[in-house]
Amino acid sequence: MYAFDYHKPSSVADAVSALKGADDGKFVAGGQTLIPTLKQRLAQPSDLIDLGGIAELNGIAVSGDTVTVGAMTRHAAVAGSADVAGAIPALAALAGGIGDPQVRNRGTIGGSIANNDPAADYPAACLGLGATIKTSAREVSADDFFTGLFETDLAEDEIIVSVSFPKAEKAAYVKFDNPASRYALVGVFVAKTAGGVRVAVTGAGQDGVFRVPEMEQALAANWSPDAVAGIAVDPGTLNSDIHASAEYRSHLITVMAKRAVAAAG
Amino acid sequence: MPDGGTGIGAAVKRVEDKRFLTGRGTYTDDINRPGQTYAYILRSPQAHAKIDRIDTSAAASAPGVLAVFTGADMQVGSLPCGWQVHSKDGSPMHEPPHPPLAQGKVRCVGDQVAVVIAETYAQAKDAAEKIVVDYTPLPAVVDMNKALAGGTLVHDEIGTNLCYDWEIGDEGQIDEAFAKAAHVTKIDIVNNRLIPNAMEPRAAVGEYDRATGEYTLYTTSQNPHVIRLLMGAFVLSIPEHKLRVVAPDVGGGFGSKIYHYAEEAIVTWASSRVGRPIKWTAERSESFMSDAHGRDHITHAQLAMDSEGKFLALKVETKANMGAYLSTFASCVPTYLYATLLAGVYTTPLIYCNVKAIFTNTVPVDAYRGAGRPEATYLIERLVDRAAREIGLSQVEIRRRNFIPADAFPYQTPVALQYDSGNYTATLDAALKAADADGFAARKAASEAKGKRRGLGFSTYLEACGIAPSAVVGSLGARAGLYESAEVRVHPTGSVTVFTGAHSHGQGHETTFAQLVSEKLGLPMDNIEISHGDTNKVQFGMGTYGSRSLAVGGEAIVKALDKIIAKAKKIAAHVMEASEADIEFKDGNFTVAGTDKSMAFGEVALTAYVPHNFPHQELEPGLDEKAFYDPLNFTFPGGCHIAEVEVDPDTGVVKVERMTAVDDVGRVINPMIVAGQIHGGLAQGIGQALLEGCVYNEDGQLVTGSYMDYTMPRADNLPSFSVGTESTLCAHNSLGVKGCGEVGAIGSPPAVINAVVDALWDLGVRDMPMPANPQTVWKTIQSARPAAAAE
Repeated sequence: MYAFDYHKPSSVADAVSALKGADDGKFVAGGQTLIPTLKQRLAQPSDLIDLGGIAELNGIAVSGDTVTVGAMTRHAAVAGSADVAGAIPALAALAGGIGDPQVRNRGTIGGSIANNDPAADYPAACLGLGATIKTSAREVSADDFFTGLFETDLAEDEIIVSVSFPKAEKAAYVKFDNPASRYALVGVFVAKTAGGVRVAVTGAGQDGVFRVPEMEQALAANWSPDAVAGIAVDPGTLNSDIHASAEYRSHLITVMAKRAVAAAG
Repeated sequence: MPDGGTGIGAAVKRVEDKRFLTGRGTYTDDINRPGQTYAYILRSPQAHAKIDRIDTSAAASAPGVLAVFTGADMQVGSLPCGWQVHSKDGSPMHEPPHPPLAQGKVRCVGDQVAVVIAETYAQAKDAAEKIVVDYTPLPAVVDMNKALAGGTLVHDEIGTNLCYDWEIGDEGQIDEAFAKAAHVTKIDIVNNRLIPNAMEPRAAVGEYDRATGEYTLYTTSQNPHVIRLLMGAFVLSIPEHKLRVVAPDVGGGFGSKIYHYAEEAIVTWASSRVGRPIKWTAERSESFMSDAHGRDHITHAQLAMDSEGKFLALKVETKANMGAYLSTFASCVPTYLYATLLAGVYTTPLIYCNVKAIFTNTVPVDAYRGAGRPEATYLIERLVDRAAREIGLSQVEIRRRNFIPADAFPYQTPVALQYDSGNYTATLDAALKAADADGFAARKAASEAKGKRRGLGFSTYLEACGIAPSAVVGSLGARAGLYESAEVRVHPTGSVTVFTGAHSHGQGHETTFAQLVSEKLGLPMDNIEISHGDTNKVQFGMGTYGSRSLAVGGEAIVKALDKIIAKAKKIAAHVMEASEADIEFKDGNFTVAGTDKSMAFGEVALTAYVPHNFPHQELEPGLDEKAFYDPLNFTFPGGCHIAEVEVDPDTGVVKVERMTAVDDVGRVINPMIVAGQIHGGLAQGIGQALLEGCVYNEDGQLVTGSYMDYTMPRADNLPSFSVGTESTLCAHNSLGVKGCGEVGAIGSPPAVINAVVDALWDLGVRDMPMPANPQTVWKTIQSARPAAAAE
């Protein structure tokens, strides 16, 4: 790890100004990706701005048909929240399946979606439920937020404040673990909400998390595992590595989608 | 046995666990010497390249830096190989130089290029980034077949990538047997390359004392005396009386800490140049690319049978990857620890094996838990499984027909070894019962009802351990004897310290060896200390590997204990004014036969050190005895492993539902420790079968260089094991012990893969590579489906 200057602001405004004042500053949320990256000397920020001291970023609120999760809310808090479990059980289950207990006790939803790791779980929930991401500057839909591998619509000095999820009539997330890292090799989030049916896939896409319109249309007409059994995503758009070829990932997307629909009931 | 149970056979809790579980072990990285500095080793990012120039000037002037050394500075001996194998034409194997720091060329990713010594590790690492190395990249050769074809040479000076071309058996005789066979079964096997991943990464602290000229090396080693010999005599030219090697608590080895590594020589050598102690501790990513890897064989084998399914002959051709350099014992693993095991538990009368050892631009390969024996076992047990299916016998029946019968011992195999004892039918029967093989059909039906496939797989295996009779291994090219030594020092108050040349890095020697003392001398465990790992304390030792610690090291302790008892009897006879022949020793007391005269062990001990009226011409003071024990033969543990798996054909996921191991490990000293050793071995065996596999790309880059890509077995990959022992006693050592450290890793992989093949047989699957991870299983099912349809 290279040396850096450390800041721990107590407000979003202070955090943004700390970043603006730094040569090459970086926000750190739970640090589950950034800290290992620093330890391996793969990044060398001049300043690290820790968002852990900003009270307004933390917490879960259920209001009407919306579950709002503060950006600095730990995965374990979401997984253990009776409110979340009552409103969107699939979201609580997803959070409870991220990494291991250590990761869940440090990692945050804001950190996860800002990093937009193509194998992360939360982007599938955001896209699958049609979440709205509130930042220090604006509100942006999940459809517009995730723009590519490790890429989002966030500006350099923009901080995620919270993520709002609509309640779902039916929803489930089923993932297939990478046997080594236990990240999602393929994760499929299916949901039926007031806004319609959505199917979001993480772990597999060359451009990160994506929706599968063909499956969404099929499920809108017939919400059953059989409806998606014959639909395959083109392997040409999918990742290939030692753990899974694009063809295997394509196959797993269909299998996981079927299982997710079955789990959603 | 005192205290209601601390002798042979008692499940005594491990005395070493208190310090390990409370974080109070002393590992090499815990050792800090006054004035200590830190080393960072700059490693090659290239798999194969010429070094044109190394500019260390900016690094040398970086903050905190004391010295920067390259191969030009460190002109020392080559890291030696301890076993010379001869090719079938009689020529000795090629032994190209293995310099601690690269001399003009790097031959694998991770090869040591330079070392920076600084006040802190961070400073050393920062400075290393300022070293400029100009490489001319050369094509890398990773694939063994391509390496054999020539072209790119890993070592230009030997003109070939073939290290040796070795054989055992008579090929002509074998071919005749095949010509007459009723059936021949053929198989192609890849034994996947593994990365050892001990919990504790390797570390070394080198220290030089200017006043005395003595060097000390603290290191993560399974055999400190061997390191002293190899590094002192062959690499750095330091005589043994000026070199102390300490291997303190070591957190797992699995073979990977047997070898003499470059970093040990670097910190020791550099400590005298810098004049201060130097510590190096591997980062985990360094471990992946610098610890010797394991396995990595490609084999074609054929089994000839008669019309009854009796094995007539076995012919094996194996290519074994040596990596870029010959590691310490690399050469003997695919020859004398592999081909000599090819009879397995069967009466196969004729065996021929050819082994080509091949250099590639990969990390050196050497022994890893089992070392050659897992490769042999995997080959035989996969081949037997396939043979059974081809000739229509059950997996159990083909084995029973070919077992060496229990009354046939000693049994001479056609491949050099003579087995002393065993009962393979007994371990098979016990395993069948423990595995509830009779209930398998019902469980299979239940799995099929859920859309899953269930399979049962067998492995009836044998291994040679208790390594090894010096005369035998010497005749086969070993450059060392493989005896063990022990010293039993009785203190004046009757407590005992045992110094053993074996080394414990997870095996529980401090408990097992103390139980031997407790049994023999009738002492409570609290009065016994086991000391190991320091060449200044322990007289000599060959260390721990090849499941040898009890069968060889334990026997040395017993031999020294017998000397203690003999000397103590002399003392007791003198004090009690009796004839030595009338002294009896039982439960810690010396008595004079036919009288009520008695002396406790502690009284004799005190008298030995307060010899006020000893007849010194006949009786020396003191009670301290040493012994060396050289075994008469290898020991031959064996047994039966049965795996039951459930496969999800939609995803390729294999779940091990049941894992049953019934092993013959000889006499059991501590059943809890034996069970623990077998559990660990099974975890590694299942890891090899289903999860672990080292991957290099064509350019020689290590793709599985971290836990993000290298799949270690985790608790949730494993079922609750059913383990048991069904022992026959070793016929040639006094304890009757055989060894248990490797059986789990040797016996289990073919059982697991045979079970996966069994589960998927009806889908047309006829073979399954390791690791049978989800993608591999799924792809194999996909490619089998058209074949199955055609059948």
